[in-house]
Amino acid sequence: MRPKALALGCAALAAAVVLSGCGSGTASGGKTKLTIGLFGNFGYAELFKEYMAAHPDVEISDRTASYSDHHKNLAAHLATSSGNADIEAVDTGYINQFKATPDKFVDFNTKGGEQLKDRWLPWKWEGSLSKDGKQIGYGTDVGGLAICYRRDLLQNAGLPADRDQVAALWPTWKDFMAAGKKFQEKAPEGVKWFDGGPSVLNAIVGQTPVGYYDKSDKIIVGENKDIKDGWDLVVDGVNSGLSSKLLYSTPVWNTGFKQGQFATVTCPAWQMAKIKDQAGPEAAGKWDVTSVPGGGGNWGGSYLTVPKSGKNIDKAVELAAWLTAPEQQAKVFKSAGLLPSTPKLYEDPAIVDYKNPYFNDAPIGKLFTDAAKKLNPQYQGPKAGDIQTAIGSAMQRVEQGKQNGEESWNQFVADVQK
Amino acid sequence: MAVIDKTTRRHRWDTRFAPYGYVAPYFLIFGVFGLFPLLYTVWVSLQQRNLIDADAARFVWFANYAQLLADPYFWNAMGNTLSLWLLTTVPQILLALWIAQLLNRKVRTRTLFRMGVILPNITSVAAVTIIFAQLFGRDFGLINWSLGLFGAGQIDWQAGTASSHIAIAVMVVWRWSGYHALIFLASMQAIPSSLYEAATLDGANGRQQFWRITVPLLRPQIIFSTIIATTGNMRLLAEPLLFNPGAAAATGGSDRQFQTAALYLYEQGFTKYEFGYSSAIAVVLAIATVIVAGLGYFVTKRIRTE
Repeated sequence: MRPKALALGCAALAAAVVLSGCGSGTASGGKTKLTIGLFGNFGYAELFKEYMAAHPDVEISDRTASYSDHHKNLAAHLATSSGNADIEAVDTGYINQFKATPDKFVDFNTKGGEQLKDRWLPWKWEGSLSKDGKQIGYGTDVGGLAICYRRDLLQNAGLPADRDQVAALWPTWKDFMAAGKKFQEKAPEGVKWFDGGPSVLNAIVGQTPVGYYDKSDKIIVGENKDIKDGWDLVVDGVNSGLSSKLLYSTPVWNTGFKQGQFATVTCPAWQMAKIKDQAGPEAAGKWDVTSVPGGGGNWGGSYLTVPKSGKNIDKAVELAAWLTAPEQQAKVFKSAGLLPSTPKLYEDPAIVDYKNPYFNDAPIGKLFTDAAKKLNPQYQGPKAGDIQTAIGSAMQRVEQGKQNGEESWNQFVADVQK
Repeated sequence: MAVIDKTTRRHRWDTRFAPYGYVAPYFLIFGVFGLFPLLYTVWVSLQQRNLIDADAARFVWFANYAQLLADPYFWNAMGNTLSLWLLTTVPQILLALWIAQLLNRKVRTRTLFRMGVILPNITSVAAVTIIFAQLFGRDFGLINWSLGLFGAGQIDWQAGTASSHIAIAVMVVWRWSGYHALIFLASMQAIPSSLYEAATLDGANGRQQFWRITVPLLRPQIIFSTIIATTGNMRLLAEPLLFNPGAAAATGGSDRQFQTAALYLYEQGFTKYEFGYSSAIAVVLAIATVIVAGLGYFVTKRIRTE
């Protein structure tokens, strides 16, 4: 080729590369470039460095979006089979939607996943297993459930601040609301008992034996008495002025931590990293963690999947397996507080004895592993994530005074059964 | 002789076909990025199709449209769209006229002002919306704080239908008025000053001159701006989406109080994966936009000199 034609060819190639968007490929210097799509805080930054040090031929870059953006982008990219990262994280609320089309993902069982099966809690493994037995995801963390609370605010309102005594305040959610009414009498203006109805309700739903679906994937939330009772209880709490009326994972909710607008927040393990990020160093030691009303429960937790459209499937599978191995999950637990999904660690003294200095040295290792052992996994149907969003909107309608509890509940049930 | 024949023939071919070659790139690009997606959308709208499972798609012909016309949430979204269209387009044009009139005077550093009015327009819509969402915050928003100085209560801007529409309209008007003002300003400067001088001699004041001379002579630009603004404001997506962050962003508020048709399309397509249904919404919205733009055209066309 003449130089000019060569330059032209290169330009065309460059344009083609640009047009193909954020596709991954081989980076300069013969390194394999792996991208990983995440949402929120997975605590992986240090692990990437460690992996790259051990594998000089691999370069990892991550892109992090918000929870809902991440999952919508993933769907759009799967639809066009382009633009996906080599590894994509998927939350529990969405995994069923994606495992309904398992052919879009690499089946880990064909890549040696079957041998790793015993790493995870059995229900975690089954959570990402498609109906025809394809494994599309390796489990990262499970949510677990606890309550995070502000020691100083409780104390000022004449309630105990010690975590065992606080736990004794609320064996059930009813007691939790009763304690809230006591708190609210003496609370300073602008400070409420809990952050918002939707997050309390999510915790209650996460504890019921049956959730939004029955095992045949039929939506039965309309007839689920446990959830309706929880709904009524939270509506009562909202009407008694216990709610800051802030929707979780929104900018105003983040501000709520900074401004100290609420005294308690339901705390899956992943929530603690968020609290630490949002409340900041000046709130260190003010927050504490104790057990959740009604025993254990689960809210959230994620998986790592490898979309089939990726160019470096084998290396991506290898990295996903490494990131979700017990050793790495233990590190993530310590750095970001995410509760491991590998039961082997629940007996590991390094985990069980771990205390979190930010949360007033709360023994979160023991607290969360105890909760995880007690956990009774709930079956999640195909669109559990959407229904969780819809019930959150329904609770917001009550909080905003647009509808009363009954009207809003009826509209919610009609909406999700459409 | 044969050689000359060949060149003349080539010349004739050249003059006949070359122009098509020159305009071809536009039509090629329009075909690939404009016409094809449009037809493809119509085609998809006739199917029952899951976003991430295209292989299982099947033709249902007009079932999506039948379902759509009976869908109360779609009509709610269309109502919000029209309300927002009215709340954005009319103030936008009036404000732009006023700004253009102000900028048309002999003031110092007027180039600076003229450049300044376009600034909101080149700002990223996401950034604008995030900032405005904070200004309109319930507990710590600047606007509620200012209202509080006058003794007004805390307004939960996102919660109400009217309040949320106003907040979103403010964002759009703020962003686009400067753009239209510059278009108006350019044609204002083309109006011969003799018209104003004659009017002044006849004793017309500034206000009369503005409404009787300036506005009628700006008619073509006002028509243009109205149509451009209409096509933009009928498919508002980013503003209502980012005004309500969180997992439920696509519903446009807890009771869909500010869910526009474009946002409903987004919800159906990208959270419910109803690709066919979502395409049907796109087609109906496009038709509605043409109708509303036509309406705007007929209203603005009636502007005339007496």
